[in-house]
Amino acid sequence: MIQTLDQIFVLAKLWLLGYVPAVAQPLASAILSVVPILIAFPLLFAITTWLERKGLGRMQNRLGPNRTGPFGLLQPIADAIKSLTKEDIVPVTADHLVHFLAPLVLVMAAFLAYAVLPIGRNMVLVNMNAGVLFFFAIGSTVELSVFMAGWSSRSKYSLLGAMRAVAQMISYEVPMVLATIVIIMQAGSLSTVTIVDKQAGYTGIFPHWFVFTPWGFMGFALFMIAATAESNRSPFDLPEGESEIIAGYYIEYSGFKFALFFLGEYLGMFATSGLAITLFLGGWSAPFSFLTWIPSYAWFFAKLLILIGAFIWIRGTLPRLRMDQLMNLAWQYVLPMALINMLVAGIWHFMPGGLLRWLVCTALLAAPCVLLSLALKRKKRLQVRTYYFAE
Amino acid sequence: MTATFLILAVLTVAGTAAAMGLRNAVHCVLALTVGFAGVAALYLQLDAQFVGLTQIMVYVGAVAILAVFAIMMTHSPTPVPIPAYSTRWALGGVVAAAVFAVLAWAICSSSASSQILPPQPDINVQQIGEALMHQYVLPLEIMGLLLTAALIGAVVIAMDRKEEIK
Repeated sequence: MIQTLDQIFVLAKLWLLGYVPAVAQPLASAILSVVPILIAFPLLFAITTWLERKGLGRMQNRLGPNRTGPFGLLQPIADAIKSLTKEDIVPVTADHLVHFLAPLVLVMAAFLAYAVLPIGRNMVLVNMNAGVLFFFAIGSTVELSVFMAGWSSRSKYSLLGAMRAVAQMISYEVPMVLATIVIIMQAGSLSTVTIVDKQAGYTGIFPHWFVFTPWGFMGFALFMIAATAESNRSPFDLPEGESEIIAGYYIEYSGFKFALFFLGEYLGMFATSGLAITLFLGGWSAPFSFLTWIPSYAWFFAKLLILIGAFIWIRGTLPRLRMDQLMNLAWQYVLPMALINMLVAGIWHFMPGGLLRWLVCTALLAAPCVLLSLALKRKKRLQVRTYYFAE
Repeated sequence: MTATFLILAVLTVAGTAAAMGLRNAVHCVLALTVGFAGVAALYLQLDAQFVGLTQIMVYVGAVAILAVFAIMMTHSPTPVPIPAYSTRWALGGVVAAAVFAVLAWAICSSSASSQILPPQPDINVQQIGEALMHQYVLPLEIMGLLLTAALIGAVVIAMDRKEEIK
């Protein structure tokens, strides 16, 4: 019974495939795997917009949406109807084709990333042996779509926003990949399915997730910092800083194209969170051995919702970074820490198991962490700023 | 020749051809990116996952962005109309035909095109990694050193400029 519930989507797909003639089966199988992803994650996006507005509202001592439906739950539907019926305004001087293509490229790239995420047991679209590499390769095309949007609008604000976004994404992609490498070193595989399998099993009631090791914890922290920056969210939301460049690269978009940008951005955030879950939080496995009866996909989405909650919490709490602070953090703190973390992961691998290994690795990570923070803090010389390009 | 190959080949050729023919430099880069992506998809279709994904990561993710930035940093505010086609197209055509003839001759006369190769063993990323870390570790290190030198050089050039302005 528990197993049937766990595999219910896989079984449903096989049952449906039974009705399809053998010739069309590969195509039907692909469609049946893709369509649930195309439904589930935009639905999650709708729920997240409501959660975010509600959560941010409470943090800022307001109510948030409360007019449509109970607790404002129908707000996403109202938003969707609004953006669908709004006029689609394209600037006269805009590059029409590129302007049209940019949101499509963004959403397409965001959806492609889900191909390698194991959502549950036996529930992965493509089990590539280079899954993590695929994820990062697809992620790098997002930058191009952001540039396309910013450049094609022929607006100074959108171009500035695109420049900021691309610079930020390139800077944080490096520490993100480096934070992932410790997991690949330990798991010995680039396949997301194998990485989840390596985290299976329990000691007592506690799971063997990579986040419960010194290097795994550090890697998770660095990965989440980089993921926040990659998805252009607060405190790294300079590309869309409302008070400076209004909305950044998608300022000249309206109606449903604007909604597509939002969709793409949130899908990207879910995908990177999903990768964080896969790499560090044991994928779809249960957090305690006595909870394994709950279906695997439920755990995946529970973890995803917790990470989304953390993102919303951070957005409601932290102020926006300045451009130089952003770059200093990336190159002077996150990147060196990621490199040290790789070294520590190697030491962990070759040291005999036991308390000593824990102590040595924790010390080796904590010391540079403190030192780098102090160095970053001391760098803050307060003086009259010299502008090089804004005179 | 499968349908997938045909679609990808048309996409790649059309993208690269557009990159040569279009007037706007940014459009050229975007068209070239389509070509890059097409080549990457062709690699993936041949089951060369590592090469295909690296192609996307390096060319679509890095080279295209670099090219676009270079164009925007160096573009003059008043665009100078540059004709897309050179006036010496006859000379260019001769050179192109000669290059094509040499390549075609080399491919036709090589032994690889005449014989049908046996199916290759499935090479996965792990094997590539092991080869890089064991057999080819010295070339890899030299490459790393070279790239680090280039990186430091770029930073030094960028730093000089800052002092001049001061």
